[in-house]
Order: sequence, then structure tokens, then C-alpha cells
Amino acid sequence: MPSAPAPTLDPPHRSATAAFLAGFRAAWLSVMAYVLIGTYIGIAALAHDFGFSLWWLAASTVLVWAGPAQVILVSALGAGATPVETALAVGLSSVRLLPMVISLLPLIKHSETRNRDLLLPAHLTAVTMWIEALRLLPALPRENRIPFSNGLGLGFMLAAQVGGGLGYYLATSLPPLLSAALLFLTPMSFLISTTRNCRLLSDWLALAFGLVLGPLLAAWQVGLDLLWTGIVGGSVAYGIYRLREARR
Amino acid sequence: MSGELHAYVLLLLVGFLPSEIWRMFGLVAARGIDEESEFFMWARAVAIAVLAGVIAKIIVLPPGTLAGVPLGIRLVAIACGFVAFLVVRRSVFAGVVAGEIVLTFGALAYGL
Repeated sequence: MPSAPAPTLDPPHRSATAAFLAGFRAAWLSVMAYVLIGTYIGIAALAHDFGFSLWWLAASTVLVWAGPAQVILVSALGAGATPVETALAVGLSSVRLLPMVISLLPLIKHSETRNRDLLLPAHLTAVTMWIEALRLLPALPRENRIPFSNGLGLGFMLAAQVGGGLGYYLATSLPPLLSAALLFLTPMSFLISTTRNCRLLSDWLALAFGLVLGPLLAAWQVGLDLLWTGIVGGSVAYGIYRLREARR
Repeated sequence: MSGELHAYVLLLLVGFLPSEIWRMFGLVAARGIDEESEFFMWARAVAIAVLAGVIAKIIVLPPGTLAGVPLGIRLVAIACGFVAFLVVRRSVFAGVVAGEIVLTFGALAYGL
């Protein structure tokens, strides 16, 4: 647009940095940062017990960046599972990242976004970042959303590293009561944060169907139980929402 | 040293790749999708259902030491946390703290 005032290079640059820092700050203001510290204390204690080094654990947090997948990775390799078995178990647990990335990226990209600008937000997508991004992004201008998401994700990753470091040194002195309480942080905080994000009827129905189907399919030992929970629970929730909208 | 190197190669091959592949599929699938589209709405519902499944599975079939706490205490604790969240101005912090307190005292009373 030639009639628009010529922007100087500095303000957009500065606003991207400011958005990144705002995201980083939002991570540490969120309860989820402290939940992550607690969760990674537990994961680090496990890694320590199985003989992995602190550096290896830190690298796995950067590269895998998915708590449940890291628990599976550590316990499977530590217990002597074959690489193929381990890879399959990790892959199955991480399928949930696929719908999360698909439902996050359209919120942050705009017409001029290059694919490589989405690589980091996609890599940083994990349950905590996804939940908080979905809650906080709608209030932000679209051009700030990618740096904000990167700051948010890296803020959470730093919290996980702090927890990992703490847990590694506390490992031998972690009483069972504390370790049970740390394991309980994940379901408690995820349930509440997901509820807080529910807006549409399909959100509420998907939450309810998932809560019921998850343990049922697992108890019936249906293979790929979480995948089916998502596809069946999510599709039925979406279908009911669509039917109701169509009748209005 | 080769044992150490082996651990990092395993991390890349059986930890990083099987997780990252789903994110990259998501990146490709999200091309050309906008937030008004039906596919986006469906993916959002699927993501919430999977997450709900993960939450319920941890409560009903818990890992590690959490399995030492009886199912009844786990269910009461998550219900109390949820009610605290609703009652205390929809505060995530209040909910998590309430749930943790009930779980800890329940487990103590049970003798964990």
C-alpha cells in the first residue's frame, strides 16, 4: 500500500521482541510453569534411577518436549526394551501432538507467514503451551502471536529444565508420598486448564467424551486407545455441535 | 564414552523422531487451514478429547507411586480440586492446591 506511511524498521522489530518477552513472562505467571517444575522433578528422579545423566535428560527435554513421551522413553530404555519397541511407544504417546499443532498454527499465522517461521512454534507445542496459547492468543494482535508463542513455549521449557535439575539432585531422597503428589499435578492441572478453555459446545462435549472413553478403551485393552478416544470422542462432539448449529 | 554417545543417538532416533514427526505432519496439515474452517474445528475437538483421555487414564490407571493411593482418594481429590476451581473465581491455582491437599491427606490417612 503506497499511501500507507512508510514504517521504520525499528518498531516492528521491537514489537516482536516485546511480544516474545511478554510470552516468556506469561509462562512464568502461569500456574503451569510450577506444575511443570513439579512434574519434571518426578521425571528427573525416574531418569536418575534408570542411570541417565542430567545432560541426557536436559537434551531429551529440549528435543522430545513432551512429559509422557519422556517418561516412556526413560522407562522403556532403562528397562531394556528394544529401540523399535521404544520408538513405537513414544510415537503412540505423541500422536496427541498432531491435532494440537493443527489447532494451534491457524491461530498464529497470517498471510505473510513463511513455513519456517512455524517450525519453532510447532516444536514447542506440548500440552502446557497449547492450553495457555489457546487461552491467551485471541487477545493479541495477529502479527505478535508467533513471537509470543515462542516466548511462552521457551519459558515453559526453562521451567521444565529447572524442575529436571532439582529432581536429579533430590532423586534419592524423594519420599513416595511426595512423588505421588507430583504425579497427581498433571491430571489435576490439565483438567482445570482445559475446562477453563472450553467455549463452544463441542469443547465441552469433547472433554466429557474423552474423560469417559479414555479409561474405558484402555481398560478394554483396545489398541491405540488414546488415538481412538480422540477420533471418536472429538468427531462425535464436533458432529453434535454442527447438528445443533444447523438446526438454529 | 561410546556408551554415552549411544544414549544420545538413541535419544534422537527413538525419542526425538517419533515425537517430532507428528508435529511436522501437523505443520503440513495446517497449511491453508484458517481458524474459521471446519477441519480446524474438528481438530480442536479431537485434541481436547485426546487430552481428556490422557487425564482420565492417569487418574484411573495411574503410573508409579500414585498407584499406591486408592482409586477412591484419587477421584475425591480430583473432584475437590475441580469444585475449588469453580468456587474460587475459576482459579487454576486454587484448584490445583485443593486437589493436592486432599490427595496428600487422603494418602497419609491411608498410610502411604
